[in-house]
Amino acid sequence: MIAEVGLAALWLAAALSVLQLMSGVFAVRGHDELGALVRPTAIAQGALAAVSFGMLVWLFLITDLSVKLVATNSHSAKPWIFKLAGSWGNHEGSMLLWVTVMALAGGLIALIERRIPEVTMRATLAAQAFVAIGFYAFILFSSNPFERLPMPAVEGQGLNPLLQDIGLAFHPPTLYFGYVGLSVAFSFAVGALLTRQVTPDFARAMRPWILGAWIFLTLGITAGSYWAYYELGWGGWWFWDPVENASLMPWLAATALLHSVSVLAARDALRTWTIMLGVVAFSMSMLGTFLVRSGILTSVHAFAVDPERGTFILFLLAIYIGGALAVFGLRAGSISEGARFSFSSREGALVFNNVMLSAILGIVLLGTLYPLLTEAFDVRVSVGPPYFNPVGAIFTIPMLLVMAVGPLLRWRQDSLARIKLPMVIIAVIMLATLALVVILGAYSLLADLGLAVAVGLAIASVLPLRGRNLLRVPLATWGMVIAHFGIAVALFGMASESAFSEEKLAAVNVGDSTQVGPWTVKLESVTPVAGPNWTAIEGRLQASYDGGEPTEMSPQARNFWAPVQETTESELATRWNGQLYAVVGNEASQGRWQLRLWWKPFVTFIWHGGMLVALGGLLALIGRVKTDLKRRRGEDFVDEESADAEAVA
Amino acid sequence: MKRLWLWIPLGLFALFCGLAAYQLTQPKDEFVRSTMIGESLPQFDLRPAYASLPGAATADFTDGKPKLLNIWASWCIPCISEAPHLERLKASGAEIVGVAIRDRPEDVARFLANYGNPYSRIGADDLSEVQLAIGSSGVPETFVIDGTGKITYQHIGDVRAGDVPLLLEKLQEAGQ
Repeated sequence: MIAEVGLAALWLAAALSVLQLMSGVFAVRGHDELGALVRPTAIAQGALAAVSFGMLVWLFLITDLSVKLVATNSHSAKPWIFKLAGSWGNHEGSMLLWVTVMALAGGLIALIERRIPEVTMRATLAAQAFVAIGFYAFILFSSNPFERLPMPAVEGQGLNPLLQDIGLAFHPPTLYFGYVGLSVAFSFAVGALLTRQVTPDFARAMRPWILGAWIFLTLGITAGSYWAYYELGWGGWWFWDPVENASLMPWLAATALLHSVSVLAARDALRTWTIMLGVVAFSMSMLGTFLVRSGILTSVHAFAVDPERGTFILFLLAIYIGGALAVFGLRAGSISEGARFSFSSREGALVFNNVMLSAILGIVLLGTLYPLLTEAFDVRVSVGPPYFNPVGAIFTIPMLLVMAVGPLLRWRQDSLARIKLPMVIIAVIMLATLALVVILGAYSLLADLGLAVAVGLAIASVLPLRGRNLLRVPLATWGMVIAHFGIAVALFGMASESAFSEEKLAAVNVGDSTQVGPWTVKLESVTPVAGPNWTAIEGRLQASYDGGEPTEMSPQARNFWAPVQETTESELATRWNGQLYAVVGNEASQGRWQLRLWWKPFVTFIWHGGMLVALGGLLALIGRVKTDLKRRRGEDFVDEESADAEAVA
Repeated sequence: MKRLWLWIPLGLFALFCGLAAYQLTQPKDEFVRSTMIGESLPQFDLRPAYASLPGAATADFTDGKPKLLNIWASWCIPCISEAPHLERLKASGAEIVGVAIRDRPEDVARFLANYGNPYSRIGADDLSEVQLAIGSSGVPETFVIDGTGKITYQHIGDVRAGDVPLLLEKLQEAGQ
């Protein structure tokens, strides 16, 4: 019964999304008879989708084994938290979660958004419904999560202890929230294109969704990178793998969008560009999903790949993105140009950074799709760090330099001469850092430049706070400062890891020691251990930093027998100034064991930086929502304008 | 035309769609095609997995009648999905020999009691040895074996409603 209620609610939600689309389209075309239906329909659609997903969660919580999805992915003996996570830890459930979050977001804007003209709002909700219909159709026709088995299973199949990882359980929803936030921005962009009403109010309505999406994407990428770092046992933290690129591209587009929407909100400039980015950002999430799920590109991440699903997603992609770009081609020319500004102004710096971010996005996109292109001519290539790192850096470094000075500039028109002193100071600090790292013996060009820029940027990023009463600085400005500082921190970690990492591959006897960087590592013993579906050899290490108190480490080399697979369980020793990364390998000759050790100075800054960036986004979001609420209550009209004028987060 | 650049994104996107569509329709050579097709069955002689049916051995497949060889297990959920379709295959005259992978007799008995028994014989493959030798990497899989013990067709995954006629046709081909 629960499954049937869920399925019925899903069908109803799908039907309502059709109604929402049609009444919205009529409203835009000037037949407003059905216009009043749009908002209530969107709210009802959100509620029904939530009911449907709620039913699925319920089925998982009570482990209803007559439902195929539950029987395949759950088990009565699982802890409840993993039963819960099991409801979206599979293709069907994750699609349902996707469409539910999207429907809820649509319902929410229908409920609360009153700033922009009603007809634009209706066009936006129609676009939202249009996107949702495709996903409803996908779920209902090819991935029904409520399908029953002909006979209930005796027990479920999903008791794999390896998959009971809290990080794995909450990683996909994080990315989905990001993608869905961008879908709302997309709908706003399409809505505004249809009615040609691109205004600062429109930008303010769109901004919280972009900020929210951007926070989730930042967290998702940061967590994913750390996961790859400790789980894969290769010592790297980013591999330019298609799946990683698929998550990076929406982030780059969202970052650009976030900044251009702030220009639009504060200064009514960059209208067409913001619309374009709104379309591109969501396109990148769809494209990423397509690349990952269709199996069209080879990746180190194994997914349940299904070419049929790939075809379906490509079809959706062609309709949504193709449609939006066609509307863009038709309408964008008739959107009037916004306010003008001089190049040496806050807007000027933001435009420069937007162009650079778009260029980086283009480079990542090209590198990711290039193998697809060459395969059409039967040439198999793999595009990796030798392309992405230097080519990306050409645009990243100028972007970071402008990012350092941009926030110091005034809106509309400013002269660089006014900020000469801070610029000179930042430049001197960068040059000094560069000299210092060269003296320290790091000769990798990109890494050295990265370190110099990171230090300069870290200092520059807090300069907007100078000479101000910190208690009166708007939250959005704090958000910008912290996010920019976070970028500097992450960059420092990346550059330091690349410049100063030391690697040691040694074959040692039990009882012997080896050196890596400032660490002395002693192999105490090697013992066999066994888990539920694996056996392993575990090395016990005593690692001491600079002769200090030893830390115990126990990396493993595991052999799984179903399916047969060898994995390395690396072990990390973390200090404030870096990590020791230890992997144990096979037995070498004469009773010696292979040890692979890395000393990675300041590597953890990469992920701390990522968290800071997300925190900055969160502060900005809170600040924006607070001013929105104030404005609603009719207070402080001026406050928001001035907050916008001050900060771009 | 002055506004031509506004159409550039759509043009690029169309290019991508064309390319992706082309690639999707290309057969992927990563696809695992069994190298065992056309080969004889590996030698095996499995003990019965279920008290009231005989076990399975290579010799059972050389009596001149083509058969289906179904790799399954009581712990496998898709096997529940395919059970009714195996029943339909049996009703259409197909003889199905089962090989139960890493299974216990009491679980096999319970599965057959719950979901029906389409098998004429079931061998117990406790260490997946036969499964690996025959070129199967998962459960369920269904092989068509001709009357001389040669593998003529491999179906990967559960048998769905639409696969029943195809398997019957393959079975008939194997008999000619």
